[in-house]
Amino acid sequence: METTNVLIVGVGGQGIILASEILADAAMQAGMDCKKSEVHGMSQRGGVVTSHVRFGKEVFSPLIPRGSAHVILAYEPAEALRWCHQLREGGTIVVNTQRLIPPIAMTKEYDYPMDAIEQIRDRGVDVIVADVADICQELGNPRLGSTVLLGALSTKLLIPDAVWLNVIKKRVPRGTEELNIKAFQRGKEICVEAKA
Amino acid sequence: MKRLLSGNEAVAQGAMEAGVRLAAAYPGTPSTEILETLSKFPGAYAQWSPNEKVAFEVGIGASMAGARALVCMKHVGVNVAADPLMTFSYTGVNGGFVVVSADDPEMHSSQNEQDNRHYARFAKIPLFEPSNSQEAKDFLLEAYQVSEAFDTPVMLRLTTRISHSKTIVECGEWRQPEVKGFKKDISKYVMMPIYAIQRHRFVEERLERLREYAETTPSNRIEMRSKAVGIVTSSISYQYVRDVLPDVSVLKLGMSWPLPLEKIRQFSDSVNRLLVVEELDPFLETELKSAGIDCLGKQYVSLEGELNPERLQTAMVDAKILPEMTFVGPPFADVLPRPPVLCAGCPHRTVFYALQKLKANVLGYIGCYTLAALPPLEALHSCICMGASIGTAIGVDLVGGSKDPVVAVIGDSTFLHSGLTGVMDAVYNKSNVTIIILDNRATAMTGGQNHPGTGWTLMGEPTHQADIPAIVRALGVEHVVALDAVDFEKAMATIKDAISKPGPSVLITSEPCRLFPKKRRGEPYQIDLEICNGCAVCLKIGCPALFASEQTTPKGLRKAEIDAAECAGCDLCAQLCPVDAISVMMTEEVE
Repeated sequence: METTNVLIVGVGGQGIILASEILADAAMQAGMDCKKSEVHGMSQRGGVVTSHVRFGKEVFSPLIPRGSAHVILAYEPAEALRWCHQLREGGTIVVNTQRLIPPIAMTKEYDYPMDAIEQIRDRGVDVIVADVADICQELGNPRLGSTVLLGALSTKLLIPDAVWLNVIKKRVPRGTEELNIKAFQRGKEICVEAKA
Repeated sequence: MKRLLSGNEAVAQGAMEAGVRLAAAYPGTPSTEILETLSKFPGAYAQWSPNEKVAFEVGIGASMAGARALVCMKHVGVNVAADPLMTFSYTGVNGGFVVVSADDPEMHSSQNEQDNRHYARFAKIPLFEPSNSQEAKDFLLEAYQVSEAFDTPVMLRLTTRISHSKTIVECGEWRQPEVKGFKKDISKYVMMPIYAIQRHRFVEERLERLREYAETTPSNRIEMRSKAVGIVTSSISYQYVRDVLPDVSVLKLGMSWPLPLEKIRQFSDSVNRLLVVEELDPFLETELKSAGIDCLGKQYVSLEGELNPERLQTAMVDAKILPEMTFVGPPFADVLPRPPVLCAGCPHRTVFYALQKLKANVLGYIGCYTLAALPPLEALHSCICMGASIGTAIGVDLVGGSKDPVVAVIGDSTFLHSGLTGVMDAVYNKSNVTIIILDNRATAMTGGQNHPGTGWTLMGEPTHQADIPAIVRALGVEHVVALDAVDFEKAMATIKDAISKPGPSVLITSEPCRLFPKKRRGEPYQIDLEICNGCAVCLKIGCPALFASEQTTPKGLRKAEIDAAECAGCDLCAQLCPVDAISVMMTEEVE
């Protein structure tokens, strides 16, 4: 069994670490070897955050080799653009459309890439667009974004739904289990809709 | 039971399985989570010490008393603890003693990327280097056996990638052995010349016995595959070798000091070409070469930064072990960076903006404040090591090297770590420096750990709270003044006054951290775009809640806006706005 590589990217404070914990836990519960790696420290203060999750029969490096991610889960469009070269041929990138424009975008040197998603599409990459904020508003809780994105991700991976749901129930704040399961299902629908 | 653990969590689990009775540390990325995890295990005892040297000495005492002891620090922390380390190697242990050195190749969160394997060789103590979390735990257990069997402290070296990656670990039973007790043994523990001479001989003999052990431990193993290329490697590099070069033969060193030279020679003889793959310095390569074993390493693998699969691939193409390869899709080179900034509402911002306005030369060191060196503040001008701000400021001042005011900044945790002696020096040697203690009552950069100034221990017990102003006065500083980190004008006046005073002065802030121990937010502010004249003063304080609006003034200047979700309600921008366009956001009125 080939090792599956998932790269989760975004900005410090978006909940990327927890999402990658849930994915890694689910892979382990599904009986696979699993490794996950990210960098803490200064990146927590609004910096770029990436988390590498790899699973399969036997995983060696905790970092995904260059250009070999099966799926990239991007919490932010500019971060999707920054990392999309890590995708392997035939891979999929799931992009949350909500932009986080850093203060540095005010300076003359830098501009925020408003057309990030179009730029990625122009490369011929398979892009799934997720309007996570809309779904969260619909479900009435702004903190469900990660679960929605994990739902979308799940359609691209060979981890049984029952395992996902177990891990999510275990990891989310008590009392929000049902809501998170709903968010996960809504995330799955994004990918179904994208296909249709 | 199988669990997914980070290297740091695995060390904590290993400490429980090894029966460690005491663990001491000073927080430092990437080592911090070891003690945070351990302190939550029932029956464990772990403590934050004021600095790494004290932590190390507390560990030595526990070992002398016959308990297994663990001390943890980041790589540069070992510099602080190097004094006891070098001589503890001579005395040896009673209870097993392991020092964890968590190195930071690539400097993800550090000021240098020194390779602490040199410390093991320097101190003549055994070194273990795990390549995943399972090994972090297993090697810790082996390290305690080696420590007690060979009468030596042992170093377990992690790197950021090992400390912070999670991999699957088979967890075992915890145990809690009796403490053997302190026994007087003057010739072993009193390192005065007459005894130290004997112990030095012991150290050299011990190293020879350890070398024999290294030849036989299963932690050093040969994996024979193709004979064309053999690779000697250790730590995380092993995992990259397995991914990038699945067919080569590997000698994996789990115990990498002292080296099993016979085993390496045997491996070298069984392959056509020998390479060394290691991060940072040519530690193994130099030893192999000086033992007459023909090999190459740093010719291909850089000694700068962290290794990763891509860098190893490139190196192996250079070495003609892999064919030329092209990567699909180059990166988009010009995506804007996201430099980390001081948090919204951070009380340090007021002080650093004032220092910028006063054109002060600000001597600093590593901590949250280091971020004040970045644009737009650019109000911190040196960072060497923990506590260095005060000493360096004294030096600049004493040679008359600055026409502008000379100011040292230091945090509360660092003041207690290594700031006291600097203040003492300023008083003793009659320096004119202004020292600002930014007391936010947290070791904030590493995640808000407690320290002697917070009044709480790592175990969550209330304790004496170090009185920083009283300490400073006791050191002989006469001008000790509270510094308001909320009101900008007041802060400016206080700093100006202190600068004008002869002799050293110490200003102390008291605004707590915005993140620790609890996230603290006020009502968010908003900018009236009708009033905003686009002067952009508010954008010069480097607050992540402020951004340039799509709207422009008739002159074409971009107006400013506040992200209400990000704004912590500190009001610094409102204080600075020359046209009073910024005010508290009106919350919806309840009917």
